[in-house]
Amino acid sequence: MRVKISSVAVFLAVAFASAGFGQSVEIGKLEGRASTGKVLYRRYCIGCHGPEGDGNGENAAWIDPKPRDFTAAVFKCRSTPTGTLPTDQDLFDAITRGFVTTNMPPWKPLTNQNRADLVAYVKTFSARWEEEKPGPAIAIPPEPPITIAGILHGRELFQKNDCWKCHGPEGHGDGPSAPTLTDTKDNPIRPHNFATGSRFKCGISNQDLYRIFMTGLDGTPMPSYADTMQPADAWALVHFLRTLQPFHTQEAATWKAWLPGHREEIKAIGPEGGSGASP
Amino acid sequence: MRILRTSNRTLLTTIFVGIFGITSASAGPGGVTGKVTLQGQPSKAKTINMSSEPGCAKLYSTPPTTEDVVVGPGGGLKNVVVYVSAGAPDGAVPPAQPISVTQKGCRFAPHVVIMQANQEVRVINEDATTHNIHPLAALNREWNKAQPPGTPPLEETFAREEFISVKCNIHSWMHSYFVVLKTSHYSVSNENGAFTLENLPPGKYTVTAWHEVYGKQTQEVTISGAETQALNFVFKAN
Repeated sequence: MRVKISSVAVFLAVAFASAGFGQSVEIGKLEGRASTGKVLYRRYCIGCHGPEGDGNGENAAWIDPKPRDFTAAVFKCRSTPTGTLPTDQDLFDAITRGFVTTNMPPWKPLTNQNRADLVAYVKTFSARWEEEKPGPAIAIPPEPPITIAGILHGRELFQKNDCWKCHGPEGHGDGPSAPTLTDTKDNPIRPHNFATGSRFKCGISNQDLYRIFMTGLDGTPMPSYADTMQPADAWALVHFLRTLQPFHTQEAATWKAWLPGHREEIKAIGPEGGSGASP
Repeated sequence: MRILRTSNRTLLTTIFVGIFGITSASAGPGGVTGKVTLQGQPSKAKTINMSSEPGCAKLYSTPPTTEDVVVGPGGGLKNVVVYVSAGAPDGAVPPAQPISVTQKGCRFAPHVVIMQANQEVRVINEDATTHNIHPLAALNREWNKAQPPGTPPLEETFAREEFISVKCNIHSWMHSYFVVLKTSHYSVSNENGAFTLENLPPGKYTVTAWHEVYGKQTQEVTISGAETQALNFVFKAN
């Protein structure tokens, strides 16, 4: 199997649309080769992901969360809707970035070419890649400026969409449903704790955060909100979620400067309904 | 537009079935009817603790119980899917009518949802809380969608035959099965364990009974005319 990785995702999408997935298309400069990828996989990945790519490598028993099972072709970090395959670029980015708070390190020390080769090999573990195409990318409109009104609206949405039931009223990953969560393989899984830093498993930017709750993280309890959430609301939610992170996000700083004078106006998030500022 | 088209199709189907019924009154079709029973003592249904979701808990006068094993009078086993697994042509065109499943009181109703491959399933949220619908499909695509209160029904299809376990991760007690079948000849056993398969022309059929805990059983049945054959299934609790 051969894949191409472009550094510019837009080019990738255009090329896919014109040439079709799975064919030998020329995009950017990289061409991933599964044969080279196999050699690299057996050196760097096999210990956790296993010789069959099913996530049952010899280290897997001691790893939590468990290594990805490539035979199911279900992936957390995608630019595509829930239930669809990710793009090559998504897989490339995941290998490059690694998964913060898991055993999967960033593979930036490998060359871009090597990571493209690994993408090509990872795709040989499931027949889904022959049968299906990646879904259409979730559109992300331009980000509006950060405002207190937007953050308050996002806070309301965090309550209304019941995000807090898993992620906790203050985003510490300690909501009432948190202890019961399991992944698709019935392994316990923890919701993201926003206090752990300003990175997410699927990226670091506000666009990445927007994408996470619009695509959902397939294979985990985190659902997609794409069907019901409007883009303006989604951006408001992004800005609120950033206030749950440590002080060094711009949103958290804005919020923390505003909060002391307005503490009386906002209710706590939780079962009683902690919607935004009271009238 | 959509409603209009659907009702037209329903009308056509009704007319077609009507004609078919008249012309084939003497030579069939026949059917299969029977009962599914459970022998032995099943583990007791567990009480569901919904205290984390007071809006749902208050809808019940007595606390609801788990629905994986429901045994009625005389050992009748509820929620067994009985279907023709071989012998009848696959339902080539899926019915235009969608199959509905409603989340109400933080439970899926019905608990077992049967649909034909590529038939639309409509998932409705009547609760005042967000649910996430998460079919843990392996042959079909696994997806996971949030459905906040007051949002429109989700409309989805599954292309491949599969018994799909469906969860709401937010409410760990919420569990359903989406059963995707190729055939249009299916039935689900009621509180008494009773089921009926209708409209089977003369022929030899394999009938399969599937239960989410006790697995699958199959039996052969031959229909020679317009008769209704009796067929019973017995599952054993360990």
